[in-house]
Amino acid sequence: MRQVAVVGVGLSKFGEIWNRSFRELIAEAGVMALNDCNLHGNEIEALFIGTMASGLLVGQEHIGALIADHMGLNPIPATRVEAACASGSLAFRQAYMAVASGLHDVVVAGGVEKMTDVNVNDASLALGAAGDADWELFNGATFPGLYALMARRYMHEFGATEEQFAAVAVKNHKNAVHNPYAQFQKEITLETVMKSKMVASPLKVFDCSPITDGAAVAVLMPIDKAKKFVDCPVEVIGSGQASDTIALHSRKSLTEITATRVAAKKAYEMAKLKPRDISLAEVHDCFTIAEILAIEDLGFFGRGRGAKATADGKTALNSEISINTSGGLKGKGHPVGATGVAQVVEATLQLQGKAGKRQVDEPKYALTHNVGGSGATALVHIFKKG
Amino acid sequence: MSLASTWRKTESRYRLIGIQCETCKGKYFPPRSICPICRRKGKISEFSFSGNGKVYSYTFITSASTGYEKQAPYIFAIIELKEGPKISAQITDAKPEEITIGTPVKMSLRKIKEDGAGGIIYYGYKFVVDNG
Amino acid sequence: MKIGIVGYGVYVPKYRITVEEIAKVWGEEAHRIRDGLVIHEKAVPNKDEDTATFSVEAARNALRMAGIQGKEIGAVFVGSESHPYAVKPTASMVCSAIGAKESTASDMEFACKAGTVAIQCCMGLVKGGYIKYGFGIGADSAQGRPGDALEYTAGAGAAAFLIGGNKQEIIAEIEGTYSYTTDTPDFWRREHQEFPSHGGRFTGEPAYFKHVIAATKGLLAKMNRTVEDYDYFVFHQPNGKFPKLAAGMLKVDEAKIRDGLVTPCIGNTYSAASLIGLAAVLDKAKPGEKILVTSFGSGAGSDSFSIVVKEPILEKRKNAIPLKKYIENKEYLGYGQYTVHKNLLKGL
Repeated sequence: MRQVAVVGVGLSKFGEIWNRSFRELIAEAGVMALNDCNLHGNEIEALFIGTMASGLLVGQEHIGALIADHMGLNPIPATRVEAACASGSLAFRQAYMAVASGLHDVVVAGGVEKMTDVNVNDASLALGAAGDADWELFNGATFPGLYALMARRYMHEFGATEEQFAAVAVKNHKNAVHNPYAQFQKEITLETVMKSKMVASPLKVFDCSPITDGAAVAVLMPIDKAKKFVDCPVEVIGSGQASDTIALHSRKSLTEITATRVAAKKAYEMAKLKPRDISLAEVHDCFTIAEILAIEDLGFFGRGRGAKATADGKTALNSEISINTSGGLKGKGHPVGATGVAQVVEATLQLQGKAGKRQVDEPKYALTHNVGGSGATALVHIFKKG
Repeated sequence: MSLASTWRKTESRYRLIGIQCETCKGKYFPPRSICPICRRKGKISEFSFSGNGKVYSYTFITSASTGYEKQAPYIFAIIELKEGPKISAQITDAKPEEITIGTPVKMSLRKIKEDGAGGIIYYGYKFVVDNG
Repeated sequence: MKIGIVGYGVYVPKYRITVEEIAKVWGEEAHRIRDGLVIHEKAVPNKDEDTATFSVEAARNALRMAGIQGKEIGAVFVGSESHPYAVKPTASMVCSAIGAKESTASDMEFACKAGTVAIQCCMGLVKGGYIKYGFGIGADSAQGRPGDALEYTAGAGAAAFLIGGNKQEIIAEIEGTYSYTTDTPDFWRREHQEFPSHGGRFTGEPAYFKHVIAATKGLLAKMNRTVEDYDYFVFHQPNGKFPKLAAGMLKVDEAKIRDGLVTPCIGNTYSAASLIGLAAVLDKAKPGEKILVTSFGSGAGSDSFSIVVKEPILEKRKNAIPLKKYIENKEYLGYGQYTVHKNLLKGL
């Protein structure tokens, strides 16, 4: 297998982007990524796109062909992949595999989601399909509801408090202030989180990532070729993916996402690294509890210790380990299919020293972590400066 | 609305009919065509769950998805059935304060939702607190 | 062949609203209504309940008591005036829910006596040797027009009676039945109308009393008995008052109607009313005791039954959930919540 690098990244603004369509968002991110690595466009050999619910949200399928067409890239092979909220990193991994295998040299991985063309309740229904439509969603499950069940169980097993969960939101909003692409750019207090309306107890509005429009793109090449295009390619040194039961009720435990553990193990093995080697990680904080589980499942903190560690500030910018410097899904926004690629964008910018006021001091290795549904899919990637 | 899809699940939703794998003795709900342990070597047969169980985790949902607004707010839980498997369902006829992890419950057939005033009514399993 | 009840089950929803709470909204004097109608509160369904879900619960309770599997049932008749669908039977849903496939099934309608008609049909099929067991179910989630007198009494509940012909299984033998029917416009609802209409005072003597008295007297004559021969009387009970008046007219000791009079605490459960009353009596009656049940359905007609309690009831009662448990398990609603539970608000 060849060594693969990320040479260019781009993203759209994340938020309620009323005057940009699905196609326009991905085009904006794509153009920025190509400019970032001085590509003409003709070099691109294949395209992988992650989007979760284009059918339900904008009435459109056949996304691969659509985007190749819209970007003027016909007739290259264009593939849409889907793993709910992990669609973005799934697209990234497919692109990585295409280059690592030697089949292609220049491959684009993108992710996009347009969530505000439908009303909030319809978007909620679409997101719910990340779980078991017949046996969770049909019975009244909502996406926050599923994570709330995990939060409740975590509180029961480890004695964590809602304030400790809220600390995740406070930190991520603080980080997002320095991310010009983030949906939210204002700090919030613990009180704001605790006083916000209950969505699915114990999760409140501020425990939940928002409904967001956005797109993100990364360009991949084999490392030797990459060095001809850019000074600072970022190498992909680990990639892991795992699956678990579609329904939360079928899992062995509600207080870990086993797919994360399995995917992370594979990625660490491939990279020949341990959790303590990681300088920063973009983890999947679709809800505050999700970040807590993530930092435990990724091995940064012991089982049941993540809540206190967060509340004690051990995951703040330039503390023990910088978690979600971009603002995470909570602060930056969560355009579902785009998130996985947006995490790669942040990891790349950080390793290249281009993260401005949210820059981690001399990072060596960065990790991205993306989850689909309530944990039925997980992907972990590890990067280093090329 | 999918008439055929709903109809296929009637037995399971009304009577908690799941499956048992005679090869590994595992019991599963909802029914599935392949045993997750034995895969195609598993011999599957129908199994009727009693409907008795206890609360494994719960939440009070105040923001509902499309189609569930009339039911909101409602208690949503993962129930650990007496026979082993866990399932997701609403808990009805109860206030959130009455529910905690371990509360004993039993199945009750209830309306889940309907396709407007002219569409079909979807019935299925919910759970009520089992006072003995 | 002797035929009778081999098991029974009831269901009453958990929620209640008091006469006071309703009277407050309409500016009426609660105590006059309490005393006049002899009722203090009624049962209200939860938002996710209806006639079909009540029927299933009651039927399941009956099967548990009888110790019989659903697949052995040969007939399911559900009598109601509030079936969830105008066309698509409640009875077929009950069949699926109890696992009865090789069964005939149908919904019945005759105002509040649809449940007792269902039982008569089962009696015929069992006695004729066509089926082994049949379910006669009365269930309703009654809708009373807000502001109308009936709003105070329109309740919700179900009772399911399993009829069979095996002597060892019969817990209460049905010795005979007599019915009396005339075309009487006392209470009706036209197609597409949301609420029923009624004839006020006309619903008394020419309707309820005429038919209840005629049917009861007809049954007694047929059985060659007098009122003294019976230990309990259960009459249809649109309120707590009419059965007492009927008892007086028939010279029945008021003590004999007491156990079977449940409307005062759960309201008029319409097609289930006389059947829930019968269940209340069966929850305590002793083998050998005789029960006379007379239902009434507006439109109008009455079915009367002569029932004698048998030994097997003592053992079977141990597996049953008594009506008392449902009556005592209650939570009160304010009028606002009541309108949400009953889906009374326009525009929703």
